Amino acid sequence: MIQRPASGDRSNLRALLCLNIQKRFGDVPVVQDLSLSVTTGQIMALLGSSGCGKTTTLRMIAGLETIDGGCIEVDGDLVAGAGRHDPPERRRIGMVFQDYALFPHLSVARNVAFGLGRGGDARRRVDESLELVGLGGFGDRMPQDLSGGQQQRVALARALAPKPRILLMDEPFSNLDPELRISVRGEVRDILRDAGATAVLVTHDQEEALAWPTRLP
Amino acid sequence: MAIGGKVTGPAHGNMIIGSHRMRPFAMRFPPMIFVIPALMVALLMLAPVVYLIVRATDSGSAIPDTLIRARTFVVIRNTALLAASVAVSASLIAVPLAWLTTGTNLPNQRFWTVVAALPLVIPSYVGALTIVAAMGPRGIFQGWLEGPFGIERLPSIYGFFGSWWALTLFSYPYVYLGVQAAFWGIDPALEEAARSLGLGPFQSFFRVMIPQLRPAIAAGALLSALYTVSDFGVVSLMRFDVFTRAIYVQYQSSFDRTAAASLALVLVAFTIMILALEWWVRGRARQYRVATGAARTVRRVDLGRWKWLGVGYCAIIFVSSVVLPLLVLIYWMMRGTSTGEAVGRLWGQAVNSASVSLAAGVVTVALALPTAVLSVRYRNRFTTLLERQTYLGYALPGVAIALAFVYIGARYVPSLYQTIWLLLIGYAVRFLPQALGAERVSLLQISPRVEEASRTLGENVLGTLRRVTLHLARPGLVAGFSLVALTVMKELPVTMMLAPIEFETLATGIWQATQTGAYGRAAAPALILIAVSAIPSFLLSRRGLDQAG
Repeated sequence: MIQRPASGDRSNLRALLCLNIQKRFGDVPVVQDLSLSVTTGQIMALLGSSGCGKTTTLRMIAGLETIDGGCIEVDGDLVAGAGRHDPPERRRIGMVFQDYALFPHLSVARNVAFGLGRGGDARRRVDESLELVGLGGFGDRMPQDLSGGQQQRVALARALAPKPRILLMDEPFSNLDPELRISVRGEVRDILRDAGATAVLVTHDQEEALAWPTRLP
Repeated sequence: MAIGGKVTGPAHGNMIIGSHRMRPFAMRFPPMIFVIPALMVALLMLAPVVYLIVRATDSGSAIPDTLIRARTFVVIRNTALLAASVAVSASLIAVPLAWLTTGTNLPNQRFWTVVAALPLVIPSYVGALTIVAAMGPRGIFQGWLEGPFGIERLPSIYGFFGSWWALTLFSYPYVYLGVQAAFWGIDPALEEAARSLGLGPFQSFFRVMIPQLRPAIAAGALLSALYTVSDFGVVSLMRFDVFTRAIYVQYQSSFDRTAAASLALVLVAFTIMILALEWWVRGRARQYRVATGAARTVRRVDLGRWKWLGVGYCAIIFVSSVVLPLLVLIYWMMRGTSTGEAVGRLWGQAVNSASVSLAAGVVTVALALPTAVLSVRYRNRFTTLLERQTYLGYALPGVAIALAFVYIGARYVPSLYQTIWLLLIGYAVRFLPQALGAERVSLLQISPRVEEASRTLGENVLGTLRRVTLHLARPGLVAGFSLVALTVMKELPVTMMLAPIEFETLATGIWQATQTGAYGRAAAPALILIAVSAIPSFLLSRRGLDQAG
């Protein structure tokens, strides 16, 4: 299931390294001594029952939570640990939230453009990203007017548009009904492959986790 | 548990540990960009109290002098007497009204429901002005009686009676609204149970319903007592010696700041005591409610032949609290000469009122924002304390705030003294809790995930506030702004004491005209104030009716 991007020279790089990371909420340990490493272009699924700290792990990687121990490196740079905590906006890590968290006051195109600068490049990148998720021509819609699956793809396009170093997805398919889930899952996998993205996704559904490797070419 | 890459952990190579408790945006420290302005606002809110304490304890001998003086005891007695009487009489008016409009089959019920809360749009000093203008010496009544009967003097309306009358009429809606809400919340099963146990409709009302409403009635009564104790306009017009008036007189008549400050400090102690009682009562009220369950409401009592008595009751209150004051104002406006000069002056007052209210709305909403964000998004003991201490604005009567800022301004920041800025600060301290409350409601409705999404897309704290939070919180910002702007327009003591000389607003214009008995000159600005205050009530009631119909 290790998926290698076209550019073979980056394939051996370690995109993400978590070393013995820990998290406590008050006295309650939520994540203890977790280590993981992801190679560039690889997609990793984290599987576990709900409430076991998977989401917290993603949030620590994104910088939305501080870590209480261990360290996190992205592309070989320390972003958290040893007293350091880079805020999320400086990590260049994209995230697709479980409830998508689209900006309700912005159109689809402006949602996708949010993480990009201004100018013609940005507009081209918005079109490109929407095209990638199969929503070309949906730019003027408002998020509320889209179906759950479409919203999910907008969230994906928005996260991919600024070309993040890593893409994190929190239960990305849990809000979709079962049939839709299978088709969207396939689409997302293709999108990630086309984008050459390094990704960590979280799920509590074993079948889903297994679907990732087995379905890959 | 993981596919691809390597994952190692302690138990069974599993990352599972502990329970899942999501806290929104659990960063280690709240960003300084919010903490520093919030702290400055907190200091601003504390400044009046601290100043009053320092001032009052400054020259140690002066406090006992001021406080022991016989007049001070009269003031304390008058204040307590007035607050207690208004609380009782407002409850006596409001409870039957709430029952009639929610618990019975009163004809035109919706109309009476809206109308019963309407006195809120009449600033109490305007209400008092209409009473004086009608019943006082040289008032309408005396004028009518003088011709045929040669009566030149009426029993005086001034003092306790006039103050009590005006404050009861214009503060009973505080009790009414609370009790009405409590009526809707009563579980109908209780009443049905009482009836099934053999109690008649009226018996069950008194033995089952009233006890359930008791906390709401008590809370409402305390609110009207708080209103009474803080009120400046009515008691000053009626020349009744309570704290607010005594403080103002002391402030105007001497340069002895200590005396005024120690009186103000005692007043603040009074209001804090009432607020504490009110909180306690409301806390108990929450325990009373057992189940909220279905949207069933209490079965309405059939009034039968008594129906028209009910309508008569509502009508008497409506006429005396809304219709008569309006008629009196219209009468005086028609009698007042509308020369070009008068119109020009009125225009100036209106422009000043509007601009200072809008500015105060903007300033207050902006000052409340950092505290609102901290208390919603970065909730901990420290930010909760920051939020709670802004409620000082509720506890501090306008007179006390104004007095403190007059002295602080004159002594420490003379460059602000006698400027609009000091006035705006005074307003902000007084009305910050309103803006904060509205902002918090809006912020609580925004999912923290949306803000986090902005952060992961490369936007920092401030950029996220600007590009996401402020857009989504717009309803709360607008509500807070309107609330503050409307209240500021009616505000009297802070405006009078902190506005630059020559800066005349509608409120101070009414005040000055009334002081000289020029009711004709007070009528037009008073009617404008009432009309402006009525706008939100009108919109709200229309929306209410739309939803109901």
